[in-house]
Amino acid sequence: MEEIDLLMRGFSVALQPENIVLMVAGIVLGVLIGVLPGLGGANGIAILLPLTFALPPVSAIILLSCIYWGALFGGAITSILFNIPGEPWSVATTFDGYPMAQQGRAGEALVAAFTSSFVGALIAVVMITFLAPTVAQFALQFGPPEFFAVMFLSFACFIGLSKGSPFKALAAMMFGFLLAGVGLDGVTGQLRMTFGSMELMRGIDFLVVVIGLFGLSEIFQSIEEGLRFKGQSAKITMRTMLKTWSELPRHWWLFIRSSVIGCWMGVTPAGATPASFMSYGMARRMAGDTESFGKGRVEGVIAPDTAAHAAGTAALLPMLSLGVPGSPTAAVLLGGLIMWGLQPGPMLFVEQKDFVWGLIASMYIGNIVGLIIVLAAVPWFAMILRVPFSIIAAIILMVCAIGAYTVNSAEFDVVLMLIFGVIGYVMKKLDYPLAPLVLALVLGDRTEESFRQALLISEGSMAVFFSNWLVGGIMVAGLTLMFYPALARLMGGFRAKPA
Amino acid sequence: MSVTTGNDTEIAATTERGPSVKGMEIATAVLLMAMGGIAIMDSLRVGAGWSSDGPQSGYFPFWLGVILVGASVVNLAMALRHQGKSQGALFATWPQLRMVASVFIPTAVYVAVIPFAGIYVSSAALIAFFMIRFGEFRPVVSVPSGALAAGIAFVVFELWFLVALPKGPFEAYLGY
Repeated sequence: MEEIDLLMRGFSVALQPENIVLMVAGIVLGVLIGVLPGLGGANGIAILLPLTFALPPVSAIILLSCIYWGALFGGAITSILFNIPGEPWSVATTFDGYPMAQQGRAGEALVAAFTSSFVGALIAVVMITFLAPTVAQFALQFGPPEFFAVMFLSFACFIGLSKGSPFKALAAMMFGFLLAGVGLDGVTGQLRMTFGSMELMRGIDFLVVVIGLFGLSEIFQSIEEGLRFKGQSAKITMRTMLKTWSELPRHWWLFIRSSVIGCWMGVTPAGATPASFMSYGMARRMAGDTESFGKGRVEGVIAPDTAAHAAGTAALLPMLSLGVPGSPTAAVLLGGLIMWGLQPGPMLFVEQKDFVWGLIASMYIGNIVGLIIVLAAVPWFAMILRVPFSIIAAIILMVCAIGAYTVNSAEFDVVLMLIFGVIGYVMKKLDYPLAPLVLALVLGDRTEESFRQALLISEGSMAVFFSNWLVGGIMVAGLTLMFYPALARLMGGFRAKPA
Repeated sequence: MSVTTGNDTEIAATTERGPSVKGMEIATAVLLMAMGGIAIMDSLRVGAGWSSDGPQSGYFPFWLGVILVGASVVNLAMALRHQGKSQGALFATWPQLRMVASVFIPTAVYVAVIPFAGIYVSSAALIAFFMIRFGEFRPVVSVPSGALAAGIAFVVFELWFLVALPKGPFEAYLGY
């Protein structure tokens, strides 16, 4: 098994003392980010990304990916103790987690949530270990048409799988693509959509947009809802831990099912949030006794947390092997790769073995470290939410402003951040999905590049996207995914009519 | 007694007023449509066709603009059609929006002041303001807290990470 050898090599990279320190720092910071409203995986990493230039790429990605794992763990704390989902993917955890806390079973709920997160992540990492090299190997034969087709496929997923209106997803996506197009056209050197503005010539940086869309908008939303933190307190004792752990193996099937849902939803860019809802819904439906759900059943915590963490982790598989991120946070990490001078895509597995395998190994260790940290430190993290919101909100605004400024050392970016804060607030309230916007913004340049290169090869004929079984197959899969819901509804309608 | 009830209903009525979801949906769709239109126009300016060296700069954005306009037309139509269903649904109530504005306006002022006062002094002021305005802390507590937070940020970014953030006259006075 070549993968095992490479993984071992990765462990030797990840286990270097300075990387372990970064891992612990990343997890702690990540949990903090996950607990605080207004800071989340995507924008937390976006804010810190410019500070990682001094680090070697592998250390930087270990730090940032550990922030991601920490944020995934952290979301569960606020959901269970405060009934406030710190992250969108922990909304489903509140359904049964908070009632459990109210019944004095907070410790049990937290242990179950953290363990589920850990199991979900572990299964996803194992999948990445063995699947990612194969996918990358396969993708090495991709040319521009195939790359465009893969991007098309992942964007088609958003439209087909979106919970809300597909046209809103489409509009958000196109908005993101257009934002990516602002500035200098890399191929012809022409200025596009800058309207004579010097500031726009630089282009619109996705980090600034992410900080505004996910950070500021959430502060606005929290204020609107009149945020008050009223939580249950919790301490995890060794006894609760062992007792909960002894009961968890009974739910092995639930763990596996939720992980599979999570992995699938993470690889397709649907993301952790729908995965957690889907998994919760399925656990509820399959339990037979749906009545007791929402009143504090441990299955209602296991299912969404396993799936969310599996999805969050699995989102890195397409990012690493194809250069197409599976979630907004993975998109930000991908942006990081480009900033560190690495070329995302299948060549990473050939040219940057230490980087890729160091990262994969760090996912194993990072999640173990994460589990230990959150189990040990829950009371401290929960204490943060006892700090008045007036202080937290102002500090988060300051951190966001600093983060937006450091991207390009441009004061205009802070203004952009504010504008995108308002845009994000309105879009969230109207159910325009933000994820397609961010992914389109990150991938816009590369999508356009492969599109143009493909057309150059074919001298302008669109037939190039169906010229062989590979590219044609991916395009057909994309088209099917995009139109499947509409077709299914149509078919369902026909079938329903006679009855 | 009857006066009180009348008053209550009146209050209830005013608190439940605000911009409707429908109105906001329409406005957003129109804005996005305009955005698509601008993209189309700009793409035509730089050339959205085919030249001797391949697709021109405007080729890709042109079609993005077309799709954005198309999707927004559908969204607009949906917003107009869903009259019965989302009738009366509010985007947010006025008091809610006032709350949001009470955060947005100071933040906007903060962003506007950064180029002149530097990010540290502005941040200290923002934090102190938030504590006094929303946390009902006394200025004696709030002002030093704001200064402390800004001071920590200064140490972390300016000294530790060596990231130069915008500085104003106050930092210049201190010799930075």
